Amino acid sequence: MTQLALVIDLNVCVGCHACVTSCKQWNTSGWAGPMVDENAYDANPTGTFFNRVQTYEVGSFPSTETVHFPKSCLHCEDPPCVPVCPTGASYKREDNGVVLVDYDKCIGCKYCSWACPYGVRELDEQQQVMKKCTLCIDRITDQTLPEAERKPACVIACPTNARLYGDVHDPDSEVSIAIRERGGYALMPEWGTKPANHYLPRQKTRMHVTEEDLQRSNNPLTKEDITVYSGEETLDDVSW
Amino acid sequence: MHPAFSVIFLTTLIGAGQGLFLALFTGQLYSTIHLVEAQPASFYALGSALSLALLIGGLAASFFHLGRPERAWRAASMWRTSWLSREVIVLPVMMGIVFLYGVFHWAGWTRPLIVLGDGALPIDPTFVLGLLGVLVALALFISTGMIYASVKFLQEWSSPYTIGNFTFLGTASGFMLAAAYSALLGNTLVGFFGTWAVIATLLGLATRLASLLRNASLKHKSSLQTAIGVWHPRIEQTSQGFSADSFNTREFFHHQNPATLALIRNAFLVLVFPVPVALVILAYAMESATLPIVAFAIQYVGLLAERWYFFAEAEHPQNLYYQRIS
Repeated sequence: MTQLALVIDLNVCVGCHACVTSCKQWNTSGWAGPMVDENAYDANPTGTFFNRVQTYEVGSFPSTETVHFPKSCLHCEDPPCVPVCPTGASYKREDNGVVLVDYDKCIGCKYCSWACPYGVRELDEQQQVMKKCTLCIDRITDQTLPEAERKPACVIACPTNARLYGDVHDPDSEVSIAIRERGGYALMPEWGTKPANHYLPRQKTRMHVTEEDLQRSNNPLTKEDITVYSGEETLDDVSW
Repeated sequence: MHPAFSVIFLTTLIGAGQGLFLALFTGQLYSTIHLVEAQPASFYALGSALSLALLIGGLAASFFHLGRPERAWRAASMWRTSWLSREVIVLPVMMGIVFLYGVFHWAGWTRPLIVLGDGALPIDPTFVLGLLGVLVALALFISTGMIYASVKFLQEWSSPYTIGNFTFLGTASGFMLAAAYSALLGNTLVGFFGTWAVIATLLGLATRLASLLRNASLKHKSSLQTAIGVWHPRIEQTSQGFSADSFNTREFFHHQNPATLALIRNAFLVLVFPVPVALVILAYAMESATLPIVAFAIQYVGLLAERWYFFAEAEHPQNLYYQRIS
């Protein structure tokens, strides 16, 4: 069975919020109506977002590291928000595993948001229904779009290619290979929600140069050489 | 969690309504086997009306919790998986039974269907309705409690104590109300209901203290490390990603300081348990008609504080992601 998901590469995310704004732009313009903002140009702006980019500082000064952390619905394989919904408005699509809300059935009781440990569901203050990332379901299932554009808006917008998109159940997909080969992990694994979205950890490229590498102590020419030197040029000093 | 008054009133009002019904039927049961004085039909009919009014009040309060109350009927559909849906079904059933129980008493449809035990235990329609009502009231207490207890990552709620608290505290306030109601009518059941109210209050005290103790030493499973998956003992949020507030900062934080929380907790520990119990005992000694009413009122106010604290105490793991604006 297909399980569509995002894999977010924390190694290259620069925290530019392009995924946030592109998400808002695409999803506020769609068939499901706007993602409402209140006091947008006032002192306390608040609004509905499917995606947020947060920033964390790891370590103590001076050895600190900044981690930019995009957070949206993880489309759990065992989503705790779905069985608690009293109306069936919250559901997981059988064909591609995307967790969605039927805005026409939602009564705005907020129970699903209580049942999500990740805080990725937001009640729309004006429409009074629960909203969440749809993985741009209207883009990814739109057969009239060229294949390359059948991706979530955030994935297309990301300037550093920190967001990979694909089927995590297909072992040969780009996302599965990334999870497998680059240490992809799930958030809050302690709750057994099995998030489909994964994160790739930050990685440092370090060179390991030892004293022996510099001295060329294992140079076979040196080892097999039986000449006794007395200050003259040796084979090692020859520039070719 | 943010304590929503709609839910605070819903759970305390229906708890008292269910408890009052349990009290009325306990009275009927005892009078059937001649352990307490028999009461006129109006006692049960008016009592049922009071219980029904509380249940309706609770239901009305619950609508204020919904963003789209006009669609509330849809909430009955997912009873296979959702405790909220189960509560939505059981609550009207409870109302129906309380209504019928009152009507049958009022109309005097109390001719025994069968008589058990050599004429000692006549079973009439109100008796059958009462027994059914007891089962439904218990089912409703369990459904209400499980709404909270079934959310496993709200660790403060996720324990059998939650169900115990809802059941015993609801029953206690219902019996307290029954004692107040009897005192108002001036009948002889004040002491009977008062005794049961004290027993239920003490049971509630046991489960509530147990849950307070459990939560005081609770270790949360989630941490900033598991939340973002970075293994370092010192992680601090520098930006939650937006400059003002959002649903996440409004719904899951109580925005009160710890001193207020401690004050509310101490207030409910005094108002729900020792004060009403002392007043009931005092009322029994003085044969006072007003003290049971005062006892119920004080305990109900205490239960509002108890429910407020119940919500405020719960720490949702999503709060880990919303610590700092910038």
